[in-house]
Amino acid sequence: MKLAKTDAERYLLQMHQIRAFEEQAEKSYMAGKIHGTMHLSIGQEASAVGSISTLEPTDYIIGHHRGHGLTIAKGADLNLMMAEFYGKANGYCRGRGGSMHIADVKGGNLGANGVVGGGLPLAVGIGLGLKMQAENRVLLAFFGDGAASAGAFHESMILAVLYQIPTVFICENNQYAMSFSAEKWTTSKRIAAHAELYGMPGRSTNGNDLLEVKEEVQKAVDLAKGGGGPSLIVNDTYRWRGHSKSDRNRYRTNEEIEEWKKRDPILRFEKYCLENELMTEIEADEIKTRAYADIEASRQFAESSPDPKVETLEEGVYA
Amino acid sequence: MRVISYLEAVREAMTQEMEHDSRVFLIGEDVGQYGGAFQVSYGMLEHFGPERILDTPITELGLTGAATGAALIGMRPIAEIMFMDFTTLASEQLVNQAAKLRFMFGGQSTVPMVLRTPAGSGTGAAEHHSQSFENWFVNVPGLKVVMPTTPYDVKGLLVASIRDDNPVVFIEHKLLYKTKGEVPKELYEIPLGKADIKREGKDLTIIATGIMVQKSLAAAEELIEEGIDIEVVDPRTLRPLDTETIISSVKKTGKVLIVHEAVKTGGFGGELAGVIVESEAFGYLEAPIIRLAGKEVPIPYNRDLERASVPQVEDIISKAKDLATLKV
Repeated sequence: MKLAKTDAERYLLQMHQIRAFEEQAEKSYMAGKIHGTMHLSIGQEASAVGSISTLEPTDYIIGHHRGHGLTIAKGADLNLMMAEFYGKANGYCRGRGGSMHIADVKGGNLGANGVVGGGLPLAVGIGLGLKMQAENRVLLAFFGDGAASAGAFHESMILAVLYQIPTVFICENNQYAMSFSAEKWTTSKRIAAHAELYGMPGRSTNGNDLLEVKEEVQKAVDLAKGGGGPSLIVNDTYRWRGHSKSDRNRYRTNEEIEEWKKRDPILRFEKYCLENELMTEIEADEIKTRAYADIEASRQFAESSPDPKVETLEEGVYA
Repeated sequence: MRVISYLEAVREAMTQEMEHDSRVFLIGEDVGQYGGAFQVSYGMLEHFGPERILDTPITELGLTGAATGAALIGMRPIAEIMFMDFTTLASEQLVNQAAKLRFMFGGQSTVPMVLRTPAGSGTGAAEHHSQSFENWFVNVPGLKVVMPTTPYDVKGLLVASIRDDNPVVFIEHKLLYKTKGEVPKELYEIPLGKADIKREGKDLTIIATGIMVQKSLAAAEELIEEGIDIEVVDPRTLRPLDTETIISSVKKTGKVLIVHEAVKTGGFGGELAGVIVESEAFGYLEAPIIRLAGKEVPIPYNRDLERASVPQVEDIISKAKDLATLKV
């Protein structure tokens, strides 16, 4: 795959922004500034950016509970996103949704979802709507290995194939459903193999390799836009952090975590860019510096933003 | 005016609204060639084709999500769940997703969908095909809950539900499908959240939902012979509830009998009683508010047992008489 310099720079910037956002989220939480919980995707950045890099701005994504990376990759405004994480009135969801429900509907992001597998039946409907509207748009529907064992997965795959919807189902297999190892019931290859039974193409990728992810998702997007129906792609990756803030890491070893950290998707992509002369080391460093500055600015924006007024509590339940 | 059945009125509302608005479509199990388990959508597949009359395999969760997701990007789907009992399988998408997407996204979206489902007992279909769950959904902010009781109401309320920008749970009673009444041919809307006084009276207010409206009207006809003049209030929409009409009726009669088919404990009758005693109508009450509702059992198979598990006309007559004569 041949990458343009500007694209390579954008992908590297987005991956750094995702990591910087989540490192900041963790810091803000530890400092007692955040009221709720959060689910960090540090280590999974290539899956988000590689997949979503295949989309036009008018295309859609729908996410899962670990959705910060997907949101940034879809081009969210970092200030509005951080403000939502802080529960502020000017956040994307006016402080109603927080980390687990950030949506940017105008930007084509139909939201993170707090129910594991909850986005899958919705994805069928969004795909169905896109097919009926016939504007050649596609949906990437993200879910995790945990959702792949839920009943919603089975029903959604069946309906997606039945209606031949323009949707790419992307399983971000980060190896654990909270503490339950995916290895106990399946492997990423076997998750992808479900596709054949349902009657659609299915492939596994090294989810820490942005270019491999991009290549496979691009094929599926092209197929969907050409009227060829849905696909299933499984990006094999790993979350470096715990499931949420309650996690004591009792179900995995430090050695395992360290082993996966050696497969850092950001370093891998940066190395590729340097070797292929898409950027210099100085340029790569500047991109990283910029990403962290963007996130610092978003933190300042969020912390100086107003809380929602309690008088507005009941607004927005009904249209 | 023309007389058609409740079932035909549902079909006509869907058909005319689909002709009128290309964003509307119907999705559900066996709604195509089969015509729906109760034949509500019979003939619609031939009229609109498989692109707008979508048959599904057994996927209550999936098809409810399909309607919700399509609504999220501007379509106006009607989902049919074959029996209200099976909304248990659809509830994750209905309760966690459809009801909350707008609020949790800070108002960025609307979810204009209707979930139609037949409820209630009386067909001998036993425990898994006879239940009335309306109050489960009334308890969910973000949903609207509609329970039409006449052919005229069902058409106008369904049209309004399809045009509403919120998710609506539209509960049809299967014993009402064959009932007939006057229904205008043209499209019309009955606004959601507006109760209807089905019979005016001065001695006692019966607030009834679903098929209990028809049973209460039958009871009222008998009681007038005995000089008891009953007012029958049909809320039609349970959420949002037209409290004004209810309160003003109670102020007029001073006595309230609430009748519904769903189980009494935790049922909608408790909500109605609460609304009344919290209002200025409290001072007008001349007797305790009485609830007549489903017994605390699953709906059984045997005809006599089934009949005994929900209020019948004679039960309503007996309770209404006691209340009217203050023997409570």
